[in-house]
Amino acid sequence: MRAAWSFARQQLFENALPMIESIEYWLHTHFSPAWAGFLGWVLVGAVYLGIFAILGLVLVYVERKVAAFFQLRLGPMRVGPWGTTQTIADAIKLLLKEPVTPDKADRFLYNLAPFFVVTATLMALALTPFGKNLQAFDIDIGLFFLLAVSSVGVVGILLAGWASDNKYSLIGAMRSGAQIVSYELSVGLSLVTMLLLTESLQLSEIIESQQAGWWIFRGHVPAFVAFVLFVIAGTAETNRGPFDLPEAESELTAGFHTEYSGLKFAFFFLAEFVNMFMIAVVASTVFLGGWMPFHLGDWAAFNAVMDFIPGPLWFLGKVAFIMFLMMWFKWTFPRLRIDQLLTLEWKYLLPLNLANLVLMAFVVLMKWHL
Amino acid sequence: MKAVAKYFSDIFRGVKTLLTGMRVTGYYFFHARKEIITQQYPENRDTLSMFERFRGEVIMPHNENNEHRCTGCSACEVACPNGSIEIIWSRKPDPETGKKKKRIEKFVYHLSMCTMCGLCIPACPTDAIVMGKNFEHAVFDRSQLTKILNKPGSRLMAGVEE
Repeated sequence: MRAAWSFARQQLFENALPMIESIEYWLHTHFSPAWAGFLGWVLVGAVYLGIFAILGLVLVYVERKVAAFFQLRLGPMRVGPWGTTQTIADAIKLLLKEPVTPDKADRFLYNLAPFFVVTATLMALALTPFGKNLQAFDIDIGLFFLLAVSSVGVVGILLAGWASDNKYSLIGAMRSGAQIVSYELSVGLSLVTMLLLTESLQLSEIIESQQAGWWIFRGHVPAFVAFVLFVIAGTAETNRGPFDLPEAESELTAGFHTEYSGLKFAFFFLAEFVNMFMIAVVASTVFLGGWMPFHLGDWAAFNAVMDFIPGPLWFLGKVAFIMFLMMWFKWTFPRLRIDQLLTLEWKYLLPLNLANLVLMAFVVLMKWHL
Repeated sequence: MKAVAKYFSDIFRGVKTLLTGMRVTGYYFFHARKEIITQQYPENRDTLSMFERFRGEVIMPHNENNEHRCTGCSACEVACPNGSIEIIWSRKPDPETGKKKKRIEKFVYHLSMCTMCGLCIPACPTDAIVMGKNFEHAVFDRSQLTKILNKPGSRLMAGVEE
């Protein structure tokens, strides 16, 4: 049993890299270098598009189930065992629906907006460090790039709101703008706090720097405070409840995507879930050590068992944990009013973040971190 | 200084109340298996029992001798706000004693007009009708919704009128 599992594990995770290399080798033997490079990128792009679609479908199902359990319901149960194929049915329904464009909409911008959102999300997704060397796009300004790209999505939301020629859409989009402009500060500052420890913006190096232990444990109080602040601000940045003002159902029907239907609506919907995934990715990379297993000091046996679990599983487990936290927030707390939202950011999160940054700088200066 | 203290106590109180809320929902989440309220309706038909005060339809219980408790006094007919109940009664002679006596021919109940208000139940002086728990009333023809509640050949239970 153990041997079989270890063989399967080796096939799946340790052979992933040789597999990729062999594909690359095959490309280079059959095509000219330029074509091989191009085709390689096309393959990687296709893989990430697949990840995007599957991630969206799975997350929608998980979200619905988790929400149901929080409210003592069963959730989707009819399509497939335990409703597992419900989201696939939903996706097919959305594909078959008529894409309606309002008469007075700005047609070009209206059709462009969903692609802005999806492209921004996909660009962020490309940086996901699934495992050691298992990362499509590992640039040295990774974290900075992530922050920059994740705020491009709001351009799509603003475009969608403005181009729909609908009051609800416009109000939702404007709220989203105000929200992102505010909470981007907190996201950035809490990450800057951690950068004092990691000393690098490259995601793979950030993870390598946690070889001896995850930053949330080694960084004392300021790291933990930064983690909490990041999760709060990250939840707000993805427009999820309790910060889902841009699409507050009870006030704005569906906010900025009121007028969208069919595939274009699906883009917004999936992008929201993948954005949540990205926030969880950043949190688990910077605070929880990415694909690094959990180690406890000198407990060699314990550490060996932890090492046995492959890195990608560690990574996805941590991401799942953060996403569960965010779902827990969403299904517990009531939605904030817009003034409460801005008060929370400008009067509480931002000053706390700044103080926390100074504290962390002091900790690093005194070399108090482990 | 007071304002600073208030600022931090606000944060502390906010975090504390949020965590209280999360503890409640977290308890629900992790105990979902035994606390879930939702029932899977068509599958659980065999075990499904509606709660005691559920009002599904008006029924007239009969005992094993095909006897009911309705004297035909029409109090329920008067009490019904929608005219869902029509009692057709007669004074035909009793086949056994030969005496002429008021008794019901048909207790007509129009389910299609009934709002399940339940006013007929307390109006009945002899407790002849009760609220049933069946709620699957869908039929293909509305004439099927007009029901005769007393079973054919049924008679008044002895001793109800005393």
